[in-house]
Amino acid sequence: MFTKIMVPVDLAHQDKLTKSLECAAELARHFDIPVVYVGVTGTAPGATGHTPEEFASHLAEFAAAQAERSGISTAHHAIISHDPRVELDARLVHAAEEIGADLIVMEGHVPNVLDHFLPSDGGIVAKLAKATVMVVRN
Amino acid sequence: MSDVTTDQGIPEPEGHTEVIDTDFEIGQDNVEGTVGPFGFDVHNPVFLISGLTIVAFVFYALVFQEQATAAFGALRPWLTGTFDWVFLTSANIFVLFCLFLIVSPWGSVRLGGADAVPDYSYSGWFAMLFAAGMGIGLMFFGVLEPVYHMAISQPLGVPSPFAEDGTIIDANVEAAKRMGLAATIYHWGLHPWAIYAVVALALALFSFNKGLPLTIRSAFYPIFGDRVWGWTGHVIDILAVFATLFGLATSLGFGAQQANAGLEHVFGIANNANVQVVLITIITGIALVSVLRGLDGGVKVLSEINMVLAALLLLFVLLAGPTMVIFSDFFAGLGTYATEIVALSNPIGREDTGYMQGWTSFYWAWWVSWSPFVGMFIARVSRGRTVREFIICVLIIPSLVCVLWMAVFGGVAIDQVLSDPTTSAVKAQVIDSYNPPISLFAMLEGLPLASITSTLGIVLVIVFFVTSSDSGSLVIDTITAGGKIDAPLPQRVFWCTFEGAVAIVLLLGGGLSALQAMVISTGLPFTFVLLLMCVAIVKGLAAEKNAVPPTAGGGS
Repeated sequence: MFTKIMVPVDLAHQDKLTKSLECAAELARHFDIPVVYVGVTGTAPGATGHTPEEFASHLAEFAAAQAERSGISTAHHAIISHDPRVELDARLVHAAEEIGADLIVMEGHVPNVLDHFLPSDGGIVAKLAKATVMVVRN
Repeated sequence: MSDVTTDQGIPEPEGHTEVIDTDFEIGQDNVEGTVGPFGFDVHNPVFLISGLTIVAFVFYALVFQEQATAAFGALRPWLTGTFDWVFLTSANIFVLFCLFLIVSPWGSVRLGGADAVPDYSYSGWFAMLFAAGMGIGLMFFGVLEPVYHMAISQPLGVPSPFAEDGTIIDANVEAAKRMGLAATIYHWGLHPWAIYAVVALALALFSFNKGLPLTIRSAFYPIFGDRVWGWTGHVIDILAVFATLFGLATSLGFGAQQANAGLEHVFGIANNANVQVVLITIITGIALVSVLRGLDGGVKVLSEINMVLAALLLLFVLLAGPTMVIFSDFFAGLGTYATEIVALSNPIGREDTGYMQGWTSFYWAWWVSWSPFVGMFIARVSRGRTVREFIICVLIIPSLVCVLWMAVFGGVAIDQVLSDPTTSAVKAQVIDSYNPPISLFAMLEGLPLASITSTLGIVLVIVFFVTSSDSGSLVIDTITAGGKIDAPLPQRVFWCTFEGAVAIVLLLGGGLSALQAMVISTGLPFTFVLLLMCVAIVKGLAAEKNAVPPTAGGGS
């Protein structure tokens, strides 16, 4: 049914990702397919790495840890963006095509009034991506 | 197991950098949470103290208006008059320091690591650094300053071409014309861009190469060490936010008055506070859309549009005006700038104090007070350039563009004033009465298609304000988020709106000039801060030497 799962991760907020990670791991085991963890970072030093390479290596460690923990095959994919907060959604949609993922599993918040003005990331990705998108409510 | 597809999104490895090993974790002092539906991620205490201090000063300027106007109104001229030698000497040091970096071996250090690739093309990069830092001044002073220096301020004692009774003294004309342009070029050439370049280079180096957060305090790490993560750093960042926000808000307030004066002059639209509030709201509204569309989709696009519009106006004035005269003015002005730059930048024993203190010293303080904002913005978009390339593109090329602009706008205006002094609108608005906001439109009136070019002029004034306002909001947001460039969007919206609100409150309640004088006064302490930054840059580059691979030794 699916061949590859993409899971966007925010390394700075791993504690909030539990549901989507669990869900993706379950699906990966069920279909026996790999999971690619995708992270977007800015060019300036941030909480998740002083340089883009350091960010990529943290993401690699994260992917390896998930593989060990859930017994699935994992990979990682790091993206540099000039303005990560704004470009996030477009970059994720592009990344899904680039890595050939046909299922995106991502964390999403419970909708609130602000979503009318600043649409949620999950909503935009679902609208734009060719892949199936599963937004896991936190 | 981990099936690695490493770096697919990253074009190539960025090479070796000398990341500074510090216990500080970026974001460790941040407070995250939500207020209603709004998420936030701000630095504690920089965000709160900056915000509260700004509100307190607005309150002070409104309630104790007379006192504030008297205090700051006197403080600014006193500082630029008394410490003129500090400003002039420091600016000279910054220029020499930048020129030294171009020829030094450190010029081949690459910002962002030895193999980093430039984030932006030359055109996008150049448009952004220009639109953020200086665009609006070109519109405002392009006609005013050359004419004023030629006829009134008499730099280096070069006499005015106008006699007491208003007749032209032919013998004085050539020298006064050349000095009018050269004295203007001096204020818009190497010195201001060197001030910006020092701040921008310090921030880019310590952020992209040393791995410290993209915030002003990081440049002081070599001097203060781990103390920059405590109150020493908090104070530096808060001062920067304070100067940036008030600098933007007060020029937005004055800018609205200028644009309104232009609208009245060209279209006969009423000149009152209501129209100005509408203008500020429009500018802030466009800036909001721009910050929400982000650095590439908003700020860069608007900057590029701006550069195209400005180039069109420049080209039109060049062709519609006396083209050959302008070209000869350009080279004569540039030549005089080259021969007189030493005399113009001499900090002591000057007799032309009206020019030196009233203009030069004032400008230097002004550029320095804007430098945290412009420098940080330039830093953010300059990753991947070598130090040599960076200095050449931030110092030399913008200087040349400013020279060209001043030569074209000033040259045409001077030509109008001298060829027909009795009917010249520029002479009426600059020399006979001092009416700065109208000067540009007065010059355009003397050329064909004035209604079209004046409209373009007003649009440019407004868009240049937008491009300062949006980049300023990004800078303030980054500083108050402890150097994080991915803080929640509502924070940008907050700072952008806050800036417009402060401008409106000061416009309606009074206090614009008091607070602008105060911001320019911050130029004095920041001058010393910038001198320290030069020391920090040298220390930082000295440690970076090993990061340059042998192949890159040739430079840019």
